[in-house]
Amino acid sequence: MTAIVETPPLARVRGRALRKLWRNPMGVVGGALVLIVVAAGVLAPVLAPYSPTEVHFSTPFQQPGTIGFALGTDDLGRDILSRVLYGTRASLQVGALSVLVASIVGVPLGLLAGYWRWLDSLISRLAELMLAFPFLVLAVGLAAINGGGLANAAFALGIAQVPVMLRVVRAETLRLKETDFVLAAHSMHAGPWRILGQHILPNAVSVIIVQATVIMPTAVIGEALLSFLGLGIQPPAPSLGIMLSDAQQYLFRTAWPATFPGIALALICLGFNLFGDALRDALDPKTGS
Amino acid sequence: MTEPLLAVTDLKVSFGGVPAVRGADLEVLPGERVAVVGQSGSGKSTTAHAIIGLLPGSGRVTGGTIRWRGEDITHAGEKRLRHLRGREIGLVPQDPMSNLNPVSRVGRQVAETLVVHGMCGRREAPKRAIELLGQAGLPEPGRRARQFPHEFSGGMRQRALIAIGLACRPDLLIADEPTSALDVTVQRQILDQLDALTRELGTALLLVTHDLGLAAERADRVVVMSEGEVVEAGSARRVLTEPRHSYTRRLVAAAPSLSVSRSPGPSGNHRAARVGENVLEVSHVSKEYRIRGRGGLLRAVDDVSFTIGRGRTTAIVGESGSGKTTTARMVLGLVSATSGAIRLDGEEVVGLRGARLRAARKAMQPVFQDPYASLDPMWTVERLIGEPLRTFGIGDRAARRAKVAELLEQVALPALLAQRYPNELSGGQRQRVAIARALALGPRLVVCDEAVSALDVLVQDQILKLLTSLQEELGLSYLFISHDLAVVRSLAHDVLVMREGRVVEQGPVADVFASPGDPYTRQLLDSIPGATVFSGHS
Repeated sequence: MTAIVETPPLARVRGRALRKLWRNPMGVVGGALVLIVVAAGVLAPVLAPYSPTEVHFSTPFQQPGTIGFALGTDDLGRDILSRVLYGTRASLQVGALSVLVASIVGVPLGLLAGYWRWLDSLISRLAELMLAFPFLVLAVGLAAINGGGLANAAFALGIAQVPVMLRVVRAETLRLKETDFVLAAHSMHAGPWRILGQHILPNAVSVIIVQATVIMPTAVIGEALLSFLGLGIQPPAPSLGIMLSDAQQYLFRTAWPATFPGIALALICLGFNLFGDALRDALDPKTGS
Repeated sequence: MTEPLLAVTDLKVSFGGVPAVRGADLEVLPGERVAVVGQSGSGKSTTAHAIIGLLPGSGRVTGGTIRWRGEDITHAGEKRLRHLRGREIGLVPQDPMSNLNPVSRVGRQVAETLVVHGMCGRREAPKRAIELLGQAGLPEPGRRARQFPHEFSGGMRQRALIAIGLACRPDLLIADEPTSALDVTVQRQILDQLDALTRELGTALLLVTHDLGLAAERADRVVVMSEGEVVEAGSARRVLTEPRHSYTRRLVAAAPSLSVSRSPGPSGNHRAARVGENVLEVSHVSKEYRIRGRGGLLRAVDDVSFTIGRGRTTAIVGESGSGKTTTARMVLGLVSATSGAIRLDGEEVVGLRGARLRAARKAMQPVFQDPYASLDPMWTVERLIGEPLRTFGIGDRAARRAKVAELLEQVALPALLAQRYPNELSGGQRQRVAIARALALGPRLVVCDEAVSALDVLVQDQILKLLTSLQEELGLSYLFISHDLAVVRSLAHDVLVMREGRVVEQGPVADVFASPGDPYTRQLLDSIPGATVFSGHS
């Protein structure tokens, strides 16, 4: 047999994406923010000093820094820190659920549309139809039909994001379908389901994850907006949107009850956006070395 | 002794701490043509880029000196370098597709170079640009100058880039793989033009190439680089005929274009062939594509017939667009033929479905050109090689594992590679994995579509040897698609020459190569770089 005298194997490249992410300051900041926000949401029952719905009629409109109420209280004397923590928890729940809904519906449809041309014209026209409505109008409509509540809001926001996920997965499928390894699989007589499930889907996972980090903040803001309008989570359950809506009435008396949920909302979105951007750069073989 | 135009001494270049060039010495005399030869990763392009201060990304010169007419330009400022580039040292880049501005007319891009370097005023620049394009061998330069790059073919773009490179009459022209993206016949025309033009202007030429044959043919002196070091330098003839360094010796032995005197070739030993036993018979196959929007038909493949005997190799050669790959895909049943018959072991393959297509596919397997693209990056080597076994439901888990180990051994890969991912392998190792995968089902026919074209010369030679020994061992037949006649000569028994979908010539390799009947075949044969270098020697 011929001896192997050739260039040495490339250095181990696995985990390269993670290392790249770690070296990108934006990724580190975004990752840290996501971690903090998720920890705050998950640990809300432990961290919150009060129940988010517990009212203290004797101490409304406390300033931040008041003993016992670190971030002050709102018009009904509810502890803002507790409400922000629980509100963050609700926002993340809605975000995660809508990402799940968008993925469960959007990914298979995207794969099918990308793989079969005749299905593509059907699925893509439907997606375009949905895209023709601004996603919030769609979500507001769906929430109005189904009624309020966390699950319904998440479902409405998730459905509204389906076309976005679908298009991304479809584009990736179109690209992967033409690669040589899929061609090789064809000549091994692999069926379409095997090719879709074992070759195309695993290779599309990175774009799906990146898209999920894009959908997440959109859904979080969407939830706040729906709740603000009274179509999302119903009071007295805490939500960042409801807090903003309540605080708005007393904005001229004190701005604090509006400030903290606003900051929380901004941090959640900033964290996911930064992290998603860095993740995209890290997973994209075309950027950097 | 004349003062050297360019003298590079002990040049060291690193990319973020990783050394790419570790001590390169290089000299170019006025009017001399020097070729830098090496495999990918040998540091040849990096050296060229360091000279004109165009190191990409984190590249830094960490040692040594670069002298231009005695002046040290190793760490020259951007202002000096800008004057140097274009005005005194011209550059012809590798990829003609991405090096022209797509939104600007070609004539304007040439004129811009002239104006920037103060060669002439804005007024006369367009006229001068047309002259330059004409000198670079562009037909109808007046009309072409008003066109955009996308209206140009690859060869024409490269001519435009040569015109830009030589616009300011530099003393040295650096050509970095100027023709590796082009078809062979175009390659030859471009190189001839480059040759004639630099000779006429007395410009020195620094040619960076991976092709030893090309270097030998075009240069006075050859510098061989390997792993960032210059291992040998000398006159082209001397380096090729009496290589001193072991690496150069291996390179010379492996270069297919220089192999005329190397071996009698497979056409000399017909031992494996039992006449009359054909694995594949292709008769009068055509493929038409409808051109969208215009309602016209494109005949990608037009009335092609050939046979492949058991244990034999039939090659299809042609340039891009000749229909050779479409033919291979029709044989594999990946593209359906418009008309004609393809019989595998006497059974018609065209239009097969279901179980019979399955059986036909088991008997023939492909190896594709690009080992980076043909292996799913998410799969381990073991899973990749075992994939055909799984799709055909052959054996249980343990049996498949044993089979994969056996296949790895067959293609001379260590068993411990089984758990690696493709991106952890070198190009040659990947192509071995692709071959092992093709062999998994025990096919009678392997279709190699440019299977060695993307590999470095030494690796290419090993893969060709592997293919030959597998053929002897297993009695395989190959349909070998290639644009490289030199490779075909060293491997195939029979050859088809295709052009624009038609077969212009076919027959045993020895006959076709010794006495080509068709003018196109002759042109192709003349285009093999380095073919003439040894004609006087062997």
